[in-house]
Amino acid sequence: MADAAVELIGVRKVFDDETVAVDSLDLTIEDGEFFSLLGPSGCGKTTTLRMIAGFEYPTEGSVRIHGAEMGLMPPNERPVNTVFQSYALFPHMTVFDNVAFGLEMRKVAKTDVEARVRRVLDQVQLSKRADARPSQLSGGMQQRVALARALVNEPEVLLLDEPLGALDLKLRQNMQYELKDLQSRVGITFIYVTHDQEEALTMSDRIGVMSEGRLLQVGDSHEIYERPTSRYVADFIGDINLVDAEVAGPGSARLSNGVQVSIPRGHPASGSIALALRPERLAIHRQGEAVPPGRNHMPARITRRTYFGDVYYYDVDAGLPSVLDVKEENRPEIGTHDVDDQVVVSWSVEAANLVSE
Amino acid sequence: MSVEAPVTPELERSARKAESRRGFRIGLPAFVYLGLLFALPLVLVFVYSFASRSATGQTELRDFNLNSYERLLDPLVIEIFVRSFVLALVTTAICLLVSYPFAYYIATRGPTLRNVLLVLVMIPFWSNFLVRTYAWRVLLGTDGVVSQISQALGGGEIRVLFTSSAVLIGLVYGFLPFMVLPLYAAIERLDWSLVEAARDLYANGWTAFRKVTLPLSMPGVVAGSILVFIPSLGAYVTPAILGGARTVLLGDYIVSQFLAARNWPFGSALSFAVMFVMLLATVFYFRMGAKTL
Repeated sequence: MADAAVELIGVRKVFDDETVAVDSLDLTIEDGEFFSLLGPSGCGKTTTLRMIAGFEYPTEGSVRIHGAEMGLMPPNERPVNTVFQSYALFPHMTVFDNVAFGLEMRKVAKTDVEARVRRVLDQVQLSKRADARPSQLSGGMQQRVALARALVNEPEVLLLDEPLGALDLKLRQNMQYELKDLQSRVGITFIYVTHDQEEALTMSDRIGVMSEGRLLQVGDSHEIYERPTSRYVADFIGDINLVDAEVAGPGSARLSNGVQVSIPRGHPASGSIALALRPERLAIHRQGEAVPPGRNHMPARITRRTYFGDVYYYDVDAGLPSVLDVKEENRPEIGTHDVDDQVVVSWSVEAANLVSE
Repeated sequence: MSVEAPVTPELERSARKAESRRGFRIGLPAFVYLGLLFALPLVLVFVYSFASRSATGQTELRDFNLNSYERLLDPLVIEIFVRSFVLALVTTAICLLVSYPFAYYIATRGPTLRNVLLVLVMIPFWSNFLVRTYAWRVLLGTDGVVSQISQALGGGEIRVLFTSSAVLIGLVYGFLPFMVLPLYAAIERLDWSLVEAARDLYANGWTAFRKVTLPLSMPGVVAGSILVFIPSLGAYVTPAILGGARTVLLGDYIVSQFLAARNWPFGSALSFAVMFVMLLATVFYFRMGAKTL
């Protein structure tokens, strides 16, 4: 079997002998994968990326690219290229010279450089702006130059540090699709650092969620969203209701409002647990309306309704320490509820996810 | 001003004019100061450069002529010009070569060490330039510290004082901070992710410096070079104290025309010639700087 594109084994990074940026990180990224490192700022995701690029050296551990140990190898000797957050385009060079830089450094023949730069500029639809300076281009164009400058070298792994962060929303959404298409076309391993969960969910084959220097969970978008293993991941990705409960017996738990509910298998035999419930997996029923079988339900009261256009958000008081968020689509057949309505809130037993601390 | 009426183009224009008048009033003290004490004397010097001299050497503001400017082509004058020009050029080059690595070092340190180093660069300004130049006279004399160390080590007596080498040492010493500070400012505000990008694109450390750091710090190189070259070209104190009689430079030559020779018209013409060369050098430098950015 071929070696993985990138392997991080027991990687630890300490700045100034005191700040631990990354700790005991083990991660294997497969060849051709679109992998996202997701987490809030300061979680160590960018430091991890910079250690793969060679801008930072790990304090401890092993960084391997296609099986070769890279630990202390300078960036110019690594088979990876980076798309920087601020693009880092050379302001004193034309678009063409920016893109040609890597090829020229590797002493590729002049005619080949010309052909390859033209081809990649074509791919990002910037062939007409080859002689422009970066400052004359819009943010979206600069972003594409940065991408072209990295891709023209045909790296084994492409590292992207929040490359869409500086773009406005519409452009960012378009670029998400473009990036994903591009990645499947060129077949290069992408490692994508972002704090934007939506970006990570829509583009990635797999996502690694980081917090405080540690990798908390690795999985595909579906697993990360539907089956978070920790409170932190559940809370960071999307909206979530975390409901504390005590295990009352096999497949059953008691909430703090006294309601006994069914819980999915695989729970501890006793003690405290937390149920993670997505707002869109909760349903609101009018009083007296039949709740379908296989669902937990309890009485509640609407305390707030917020209109988002496509959806309504309800705050629902079910006698728990915090109100439950419920999200319902804005469709006439579902109907709406008013503040202070007495209702029943329900969820399918399998929709609840048990998370640890 | 009343703002009851809706805005019309005329009102908008007069409001804008009032704005710019206010700006002028703020600048007025500086205009008066510079006009009276700088521009006006300069005009006087310019007028004097065309004046004639009486038989007794008195300057007479009549029979305006170009004699003084013709005398600039005298081989002796040209020699002084060339010597000063070369010395200023060499001073600038040495300052640049010494300052760049140092400025780079300061700019890449942590904030505390950086501030300490910057203060150290500026400490010489706290004492009088004249005093510091005299100190060099003591150091460089035949019985000075430099010569004594040489003799103690079994070498011969070193004669530096009153040579152009002494002037060069003095000029480099005096103008070094003027090179370090603009270079520091240029390197410090460099976007280091650009250097990382170059390294990422297979450039080794030296190539990344040559292709990215150096071209992007050119504004600092240009500013520092102007700040060193121009005062070096017209330097008076350093050559007068360290140079002695054998190495006459433009600065002391001009002074001698006004004082010893009492030839005001020629001194004035010389001054304007020097200013013209400085202007050319400045334009040339700015062109160079503009090209790299």
